[in-house]
Amino acid sequence: MSHSKLDLLQGTLDLMVLQTLAAMGSMHGYGIARRIEQVSGDAVLLNQGTIYASLVRLQQRGWITAEWGTSSNNRRAKFYSITKRGRKQLSEDAAYWQRLSGVMGRVLALQEGAGED
Amino acid sequence: MDWLRQFFQRLHTFLRGAQMDRELEAEMLAHLQFATEENLQRGMSPSEARRQALIQFGGTQHSKEQHREARSLPFLDSFLQDVRFGLRMLWRSPGFSLLAIFCLTLGIGASAAVYSWMEGLLFRPYPAVAHQERLLAVTGTSRGESGATGVSWPDFLDLQKNGTLFDSFFVSKIMGTTLSIGDRAERAIGSIVSANYFDALGVHPILGRTFEPGEDVGRGAHPVTVISYQLWKGRFNGDPFIVGKTQRLNGVIHSIIGVAPEGFYGTFVGWAMQFWVSASMEDTFEAGGYKLEDRGARWIEAYVRLRPGVTRDQAQQEVSAIAKRLESDYPATNRGRGIKLWPLWQTPFNNAGTLLPTLGLMLAVVTFVLLIACANVGNLLLVRSFGRRHEMSVRVAIGAARGRLLSQLLTEGLILATFAAVGGLAVAHWCRRLLVLLLPARGGITMHLPGELDWRVLSLSVAVCLGSILLFALVPAIHASKIDTAAVLKSETAAVLGGGGKSWLRASLVLVQVSLSFVLLVGAGLLMLSLQRIRSASPGFSTQNVLVTGIDLVGPGYDVKRARIFQGELINRVQALPGVESVAFARTTPLGYGTFSSAPVAVDGYVPPPDEKPAVEYNQVGPGYFSTLGIPLIAGREFTLADNETSALVAVVNETMAEKYWRGRNPIGQRVQVKDQWLQIVGIAKTSKYESVRELPQPFFYVPLRQNPAINAALNLRSRLGPEKMAAALAREVHSIDAGLAPYEVITLQEQLERSTSPQRVAVTLTGILGGLALFLAAIGLYGVMAYSVSQSTRELGLRMALGARPSELFRLVMSRGLALTAAGIVLGVLLALASARLLGYLFYQVSPRDPLVFGSAFLVLTIVSLVACFLPAWRAMRVDPIVALRYE
Repeated sequence: MSHSKLDLLQGTLDLMVLQTLAAMGSMHGYGIARRIEQVSGDAVLLNQGTIYASLVRLQQRGWITAEWGTSSNNRRAKFYSITKRGRKQLSEDAAYWQRLSGVMGRVLALQEGAGED
Repeated sequence: MDWLRQFFQRLHTFLRGAQMDRELEAEMLAHLQFATEENLQRGMSPSEARRQALIQFGGTQHSKEQHREARSLPFLDSFLQDVRFGLRMLWRSPGFSLLAIFCLTLGIGASAAVYSWMEGLLFRPYPAVAHQERLLAVTGTSRGESGATGVSWPDFLDLQKNGTLFDSFFVSKIMGTTLSIGDRAERAIGSIVSANYFDALGVHPILGRTFEPGEDVGRGAHPVTVISYQLWKGRFNGDPFIVGKTQRLNGVIHSIIGVAPEGFYGTFVGWAMQFWVSASMEDTFEAGGYKLEDRGARWIEAYVRLRPGVTRDQAQQEVSAIAKRLESDYPATNRGRGIKLWPLWQTPFNNAGTLLPTLGLMLAVVTFVLLIACANVGNLLLVRSFGRRHEMSVRVAIGAARGRLLSQLLTEGLILATFAAVGGLAVAHWCRRLLVLLLPARGGITMHLPGELDWRVLSLSVAVCLGSILLFALVPAIHASKIDTAAVLKSETAAVLGGGGKSWLRASLVLVQVSLSFVLLVGAGLLMLSLQRIRSASPGFSTQNVLVTGIDLVGPGYDVKRARIFQGELINRVQALPGVESVAFARTTPLGYGTFSSAPVAVDGYVPPPDEKPAVEYNQVGPGYFSTLGIPLIAGREFTLADNETSALVAVVNETMAEKYWRGRNPIGQRVQVKDQWLQIVGIAKTSKYESVRELPQPFFYVPLRQNPAINAALNLRSRLGPEKMAAALAREVHSIDAGLAPYEVITLQEQLERSTSPQRVAVTLTGILGGLALFLAAIGLYGVMAYSVSQSTRELGLRMALGARPSELFRLVMSRGLALTAAGIVLGVLLALASARLLGYLFYQVSPRDPLVFGSAFLVLTIVSLVACFLPAWRAMRVDPIVALRYE
């Protein structure tokens, strides 16, 4: 499995989008997708198109807002930015993920130890 | 509240789905251009750059779907899908759909019509009045008696003064007069009202003003009147300058001060008032003198408007406390007297009280019809769901959630019910005025019995509709959710006639229908029989060849003396008319609308039991009354011209009174004390019916009209001529004496008797119509089930035939299955009918609720109908071709 890209767990994409917007400010869909790919070192399996479902979901929850604007190379695109509620949600979700990955790490370490026995 | 916000967001995006799609498209286009440009910068060829961009994007169509799913309301989407699919399915079997919609339309229409009558007549009878829920009717009570009496004017003033929980008390007392406008004299009905009447109701005049405070004070001090919109339009031709003009009412000139708005008919449920006068004019319109200062005269019908938030119980407590105080303050007039508040729908003094039991009965009947209709549609859906088992199983097999199947079936039910609800409300709208057709008008009275289709009726009907969907669509839906995919896909034509797993469900639905229609048939039959017995019952006087009419003399201002002269003159003239055998005046006619007076009596040698105050009803009649009406005299003589104001006071008693008070002794020549006078008995008349055909024999006596004058009296004529011919001749004679008089309509006593049975007639007509409807629906249900089982057991039938069964045997087989169902339904129906028929008791006359004739006829009718319903399926079974049947699938 190590050679293939990681499948995204449910909900992780939303969190990544939030984090990206929090870090980078206002961005359009393509920019967000590329940014996630770059940050993950192209390790994430991302059909870029799926980002739009995530964006509309976040928008409906009021965590991000969208506005049509013009990009640096003069193209019309929809620009997304994170809201106050979105930041709050991000900090909660990030804490949750950190706890979860910590726990997962410990549990998996335990299993390896047991296997060596 | 996050979910709520999301819901609205989603609803919003759902509603502007097309725009969202366009925006997404633009966004995706921009995305691909960004990607392509970046790839170009990396040095790819233009076509390769574009290809890579598309690969990275990963399927535009898929993204769109994802987007839609994320932003929208999946259940709404799937609901719309279900609706589209459902409409298609219904469209594909129009026969089924039309039949189902038709059945439901009838069921819902009949219910909505009855709801609208109840709303318009019982619960909110005054559409022009705001906040009717705070209105109550007020009557007096007498200790130890159940009925309601009027309230006296001084008591009413005390209620008004001392009540704290009330916005207002107001009075309305119905009365009639002769209205002479131009050369047309006609009967008119109006109300005597307190000055606050219109203000308390919140009804504003379209012209002029209504009564002002204080206008109900002072005997005859305020001869002013407010006229109804109808009267203004109809008799005054909508005269815009009507206010300030005068009109003679009961001999007194009244100024017209205002015109009530269109749609306001007064507060007497069932009748449309034409004018209102203030209570100060009471003795102009009411017999018995000026009663506004008499605490003992209980004559007014009152209403009260509660303050917001006050309950009827609280109000009653306060009113009772006031009544208690009045009792101790004025023992002479108020001992044993109370005051009672009634919800409008129980108002005892107008047509609401009369119609209440009939409408209650109708409510039960339409509920039956609706249940039958639901059972029918349930059955039709069920039958169809069997036909669609293959479709359903395929859908389950390829992964449809069972919940989706359920919602599909429910949606189909919803579509049917929606069509039916629209149709049903149209039916109800059309039936709004039906009651007026069933209840005959009386001379001079405009009947006003509207149904009211307001939002309450609409929402109740919609609720009933939704309830019925659950009833009828859920059955097949549950059924469908239990589909055993494998079994169904393997084989599905092995049904056996009458056997087969789920046929009990259909059978029990048919059972319900048959039994409910049996109950309705029995009910209609009993009512019909009862009406027929009433019609053919001898009331104790002749009904053929006797005509009755009246001439209002109080209205045109006659006094006793003038009335006596007029009556004598008219008798002479009418007696001389060709074709008239005899003619006599009487104060009241039997079985008419008027009530008889009652008087306390005392008889020598009769000691009443301690709790009895002997009081007997009586009538004032002229010479020749008994022979004119054909009431036989058992002994003695009838009144003659010689029994006048100067001769000895006399009376004729009926047989029942003679038995009760003289106990076998001959009363002729004996004395009876009536009020303060002693009368000598000169004759005994056979007991007849007085107020109702259904009454038991009751004591009654007659006194001469000349010795007990009445200004208004009914004219009784024995003649071979019909009412029409007589009416013209009579009008001529009346007008030649006084052109300002208007005779009432001339009717036969038979007609009068018929009119007195109008509650029965309404009940018979409506239960008859609805019973027929129920029978029709049940027949459809039975036919549907039998036809379906025959079509599903073609193979069995073919096999039987191949093995040597004769067609006639197959015919009998199907018929017997159908009749077995009917028989079981009838058994259930008999039990139900026996248990419920006595509820109709108030409408019965000499009919046992278990009348074998009626039960037998209902049995016969149902059997014949089910024979007819089963015939076609059985005929088809007989004609099954064994070869085709066995090859079939």
